[in-house]
Amino acid sequence: MSENLDSLYRDIIMEHYKYPRGKKKLEDPDVTSEGKNPVCGDEIGMKVKLKDGKIEDISIDCLGCAISVASGSMLADAIKGKSIEEVKRIASAIKAILKGEKPDEDFDLGDLEALEGVSKFPVRIKCALLSWTTLVEGLETWESGKKSEIATTE
Amino acid sequence: MGDVKTKGHHSAGKTLLNPEMIKADFPILSRRIGDRPLVYLDNAATTHKPESVISAMDEYYRKMNSNVHRGLHTLAEESTAAFEWTRKKIAAFIGGVETEEIIYTRNATEAINLVAYSWGRKNIRKGDRIVLTEMEHHANLVPWIALAKETGAELKYIPIDDNYRLDLNNIDKIISDNTRLVSITHMSNVLGTINPVEEIGQTAHSKGALFLVDGAQSVPHMPVDVKAIDADFYAFSAHKMLGPTGIGVLYGKESILNEMEPFIYGGEMISEVRYDFADWNDLPWKFEGGTPNIAGAVGFSPALDYLSDLGMDNIRNHEIELTAYTIAKLSDLKSIKIIGPHDTCMRGGAISFIDKDIHPHDLATFLDSRGIAVRAGHHCAQPLMKRLGLTATARASIYIYNTPEDIDKLVKTLREARRYFCNE
Repeated sequence: MSENLDSLYRDIIMEHYKYPRGKKKLEDPDVTSEGKNPVCGDEIGMKVKLKDGKIEDISIDCLGCAISVASGSMLADAIKGKSIEEVKRIASAIKAILKGEKPDEDFDLGDLEALEGVSKFPVRIKCALLSWTTLVEGLETWESGKKSEIATTE
Repeated sequence: MGDVKTKGHHSAGKTLLNPEMIKADFPILSRRIGDRPLVYLDNAATTHKPESVISAMDEYYRKMNSNVHRGLHTLAEESTAAFEWTRKKIAAFIGGVETEEIIYTRNATEAINLVAYSWGRKNIRKGDRIVLTEMEHHANLVPWIALAKETGAELKYIPIDDNYRLDLNNIDKIISDNTRLVSITHMSNVLGTINPVEEIGQTAHSKGALFLVDGAQSVPHMPVDVKAIDADFYAFSAHKMLGPTGIGVLYGKESILNEMEPFIYGGEMISEVRYDFADWNDLPWKFEGGTPNIAGAVGFSPALDYLSDLGMDNIRNHEIELTAYTIAKLSDLKSIKIIGPHDTCMRGGAISFIDKDIHPHDLATFLDSRGIAVRAGHHCAQPLMKRLGLTATARASIYIYNTPEDIDKLVKTLREARRYFCNE
């Protein structure tokens, strides 16, 4: 079991948990999104600044277990400079990894590959997913708002 | 099962349990989790089953299996007798009530829902008040929230104080003249707090309200006399007291049950049916539509025997001692805070705690990797968690087969978790 435990709490995950990236103030965000895991009580608040359709900066405030905090921290590292489409594709790849499947695309996921160990702990998958679903929902809301803006100007 | 009497021994005028001998009666307690022996501290969620319960259910399906109350053959007669025999035992177990007052349900949740549907929908009107407490499990919360939404009734909560006990200072105002029902837990599944049900019941009755007690956490752990409490309804589950899952109990006063409409309609609960007419069966079957959990009732019987043979007073004393031990040991850990009263006279053995730096889910996962089963989360009491300013706690909950050594392992592993997560 101990080996299994170390595959869940890999060094990289513990490093992100202890020193989470993206924990900061971010003024004038374009996207604000909040996520909750009612079952565990995990809560996450996210702010994103966009520039030319790409993620310029992100802040994450996560109240939760090591897995959810680390996943959010790795997300902050991974998505800077990426387009919204790229972020969604990475999110799908993460979902696949967490389900123990092979992602459709061959990404270099860097630190994020450490989340693979979570797939062996079914009850913890939602912890790892929280930051990703929160971000994607925030971005989609922002996109639909933008579309409706365009719609009204027409 | 062996001679249970040998499982207790006398010390300083008290009969103490011998958990090591008790453990031997529970097959699951000899299994390992990975390479570690199982240390089971999640008894408030469900308890394990002794060999006598497992074999009774097995024997039932091998030798007796039949539907109850309708067959005219030997198997049906034997099944019916066994099914009803357990009902008699339950009636005796909770203070010697009438057998007709014991209604089989699936669990305590269904028992409370039965009251909310059958009694509540007939008797609760707009402007009526239902009084609950801030420490209720969702099972004694959501049925009333739904009823209030449907009827326009008002919900009022008895608050908890800083010592995790009910604050009864304004009880006369909270239980007002328009209160129709007071429904409270006998023992909190999160805090371990044992509530003064007799006192609250008296106030409820003085205002003309009915009194329901959620006994899911109390009946398994202490002597309970529903007549002394003067509860109008009392709900509990078999699986938290050595019995099988899928069978629970609603006790209700006969006079009140007689006035209530059925909850589940179908076979068994009728006396006469025509194409345009149905009349109801007598108590308790009026509330037991459809084929019941017969094997569950059969398995519940040896569970009650097991507890009775140990003695509920002895079980309570064992848990007082082990709870005191657990609280003392946990208090040695600076990072741990116990969420619940420290005084063991007014609490049971469901012991919630938090570590100031480690999330309860990480603690639970870490403990599991060392073979120790605890629960972590909101324990189906989200409003209480919010009231306490918490999102989750870890909870160790003890029973008859737990030993001080189990607690030592828990505490040692909590120290290891500090090293693992906090570099200590």
